[in-house]
Amino acid sequence: MTVFIISGKKGALDDLINERFAGDKENLIMILQAINKEYNYLPRPALTYVSTRLDVPLSQIYGIATFYSMFSLEPRGRNIVTICLGTACHVRGGERIKERLESYLGIHAGDTTEDMRFTLETVRCIGCCSLGPVVTVNEKVYARTDSEKTLKTLDQYE
Amino acid sequence: MRITKKDHLKKIRAGVQDSLYAPPLLKLNIGMATCGIAAGAKEVYDEAREIFKKQDVLVARTGCLGLCEEEPLVDIQTPGQPRIVYRRISAEKVLELVEAHQRAEYPEKSILGQMKDPRSVLEDDIDNPLNGIFSSNGIPTLEEIPFYDKQLKIALRNCGYIDPESIEEYIGRGGYFSAFHALHAMEPDDIIEAIKISGLRGRGGGGFPTGIKWATCRKAHGEKKYVICNADEGDPGAYMDRSVLEGDPHSVLEGMIIGAYAIGSNEGFIYVRNEYPLAVVRLVEAIKQAENYGLLGDDILGSDFSFNIKISTGAGAFVCGESTALMRSLEGRVGRPRAKYIHTVEKGYRESPSTLNNVETWANVPVIMGKGAQWYATLGTEKSKGTKVFSLVGKVKNTGLVEVPMGTSLRTIIYDVGGGILRKKKFKAVQTGGPSGGCVPEGLLDLPVDYERLTQAGSMMGSGGMIVMDQDTCMVDVARYFLEFLQEESCGQCVPCREGITRLLQVLNDICAGKGKDGDIELLEDLSDTVVKLSLCALGGTAPNPVLTTLAYFRDEYISHIYDKKCPGGVCKELFYYEIDEENCNGCHVCFRKCPEQAISGEKKELHTIDQEKCIKCSICYEACKFDAINIK
Repeated sequence: MTVFIISGKKGALDDLINERFAGDKENLIMILQAINKEYNYLPRPALTYVSTRLDVPLSQIYGIATFYSMFSLEPRGRNIVTICLGTACHVRGGERIKERLESYLGIHAGDTTEDMRFTLETVRCIGCCSLGPVVTVNEKVYARTDSEKTLKTLDQYE
Repeated sequence: MRITKKDHLKKIRAGVQDSLYAPPLLKLNIGMATCGIAAGAKEVYDEAREIFKKQDVLVARTGCLGLCEEEPLVDIQTPGQPRIVYRRISAEKVLELVEAHQRAEYPEKSILGQMKDPRSVLEDDIDNPLNGIFSSNGIPTLEEIPFYDKQLKIALRNCGYIDPESIEEYIGRGGYFSAFHALHAMEPDDIIEAIKISGLRGRGGGGFPTGIKWATCRKAHGEKKYVICNADEGDPGAYMDRSVLEGDPHSVLEGMIIGAYAIGSNEGFIYVRNEYPLAVVRLVEAIKQAENYGLLGDDILGSDFSFNIKISTGAGAFVCGESTALMRSLEGRVGRPRAKYIHTVEKGYRESPSTLNNVETWANVPVIMGKGAQWYATLGTEKSKGTKVFSLVGKVKNTGLVEVPMGTSLRTIIYDVGGGILRKKKFKAVQTGGPSGGCVPEGLLDLPVDYERLTQAGSMMGSGGMIVMDQDTCMVDVARYFLEFLQEESCGQCVPCREGITRLLQVLNDICAGKGKDGDIELLEDLSDTVVKLSLCALGGTAPNPVLTTLAYFRDEYISHIYDKKCPGGVCKELFYYEIDEENCNGCHVCFRKCPEQAISGEKKELHTIDQEKCIKCSICYEACKFDAINIK
């Protein structure tokens, strides 16, 4: 059987399901969020395991994994670059940053570079509208940015 | 310690008055909401902590004071001196600033304004702590700055004034007294009556009267009832709820406690967007503190009422802001809305009666109970009472969060509070109500903002996003943008929404790509009509609003796109080109240096030209030119 390691602990998926989320089906989305956070995506073996443990059909889990935009069924890069395309960022040029990054990284939004260094994503608003356009890399927010500044920022991430 | 008596609350309140209003040492309050942190407040905070760890200087964090444009904001309290808020303070500047203060000097360039009266609406039982300290010393007060002058802070009463992770400071500004009074001295029906009298309506956008919602839920049959806080603030361009959760999470908890008691519920949920990690952290901490003081859990505040709150994080689905979808998501399922022939107040979460209100609605409740429903009802217009928080963003000078009485005109909000349009450009439209809202043109700027008037104008209040657009915005592109958003976010279960929005988007994409044809406008109108009438939920039912309002107010732009193949805003790349104006170009060479495609040629001090073959219309030259010498053709 596959052993899942979460936060460096073996067998932690069980603990996560049981202790943090009381083995409750209602917490399925939050369980998937925790797995997604650990691996940067939802590995199929983990989903199969959750399905058995919670007695929820895998098809239903697949439904959730594809309905909510934060989940990914494909491995993602070491760094997640997210361009905000909320309305305020849109009118201040978010789209142009996206085009520039796409051509620079040679991928489309939603994809990952071959060397797994970057995954490029878009989001509709992170609530930093006053400081747009905004780009986030992993958890860090870069405000009042533009394509040139963003390209320079990316150099800091390996 | 468990709070069971009013004296306990009073004691805590008295205990923090000094740290709130008369700190014994110089105190830095650094605005650390997401907006502040994005602008560098975390670095300022860390730096200040490091520099002053051995010195007699207090360093504290607060939420957002609203003027996000000028973040990081640092508010300095010095014993016996004016309390001054500084703007755009970087980590490098902070030491200099404090040293100046210690010499009783106030670096003029960085001053935003001094506080005249920091009390919240719930604190008129204490004297203004700045009496005798505030003086007309030439430093403008925050109230004299147009941005703050027209505002009245109810939902945002504590944002920027307290440490959001300190329940004591919340109590220090009159918090939890309303809950105490409600639980000990009022019957549930009296509370509901008070909410009805106050005229409070849903701040999430629907505008349904909160009192009626609570009354129906109270009367509904069901062993268990639930109260839910909708913090799934999905409208792009709106971040009122984020700011309240990050700056004053207890105001929401207190509102929910009062609501739960009124309805007869012992279990509550806060459904918060996953895109707001800091809000989640602050809520988790707030709930823990409230539990420790006996404000949540069993026998709250020494009464026999029990109530618990759990947090559930969303996973990125706009439609989950819709009440029935949200409740399904809470149940751990796919968030698809259902038809509302049975309302959620009768059968909602787990098929039980559920009251769902938005963050801002909950945050208003303690003030209504504390100041009285009659007082609240004096604010606003005939049918829309109280205040509304808006996030004023886009091409406006003072971007930020503003809270104004209902009925304030759009012109006041944009030109007085917002300071007008950026870079002296011409105003074109203001978009309100998020993707389901609409674009309001210049001719309607004197419209007093309330639920009915905005709906009459074809837009809606929505959750409060207000995005200002200038002459460089293409209204067809704006409609296309929102439809693209809605097409991605449609849950897909009903055909009119799923296919209707997709078709609308295809037509708009064609128009923006220069492939618009005769009959497209009529097709858009026809499709919109179908989507509005036949969609299952409000997402579909209001989805065509951006198309319909832009068609109503900016039809000429559609005509230029379709018939003249021109985009007057200079946004749709197939439909315009840049040309250098022979008269205005003085050969400053800035565009030459900035062009990423080397498409501009010309010697210094000579007329420059653009090679149309090479130009990618990235607009860098257009934005860089200070002499209006780049024209959109």
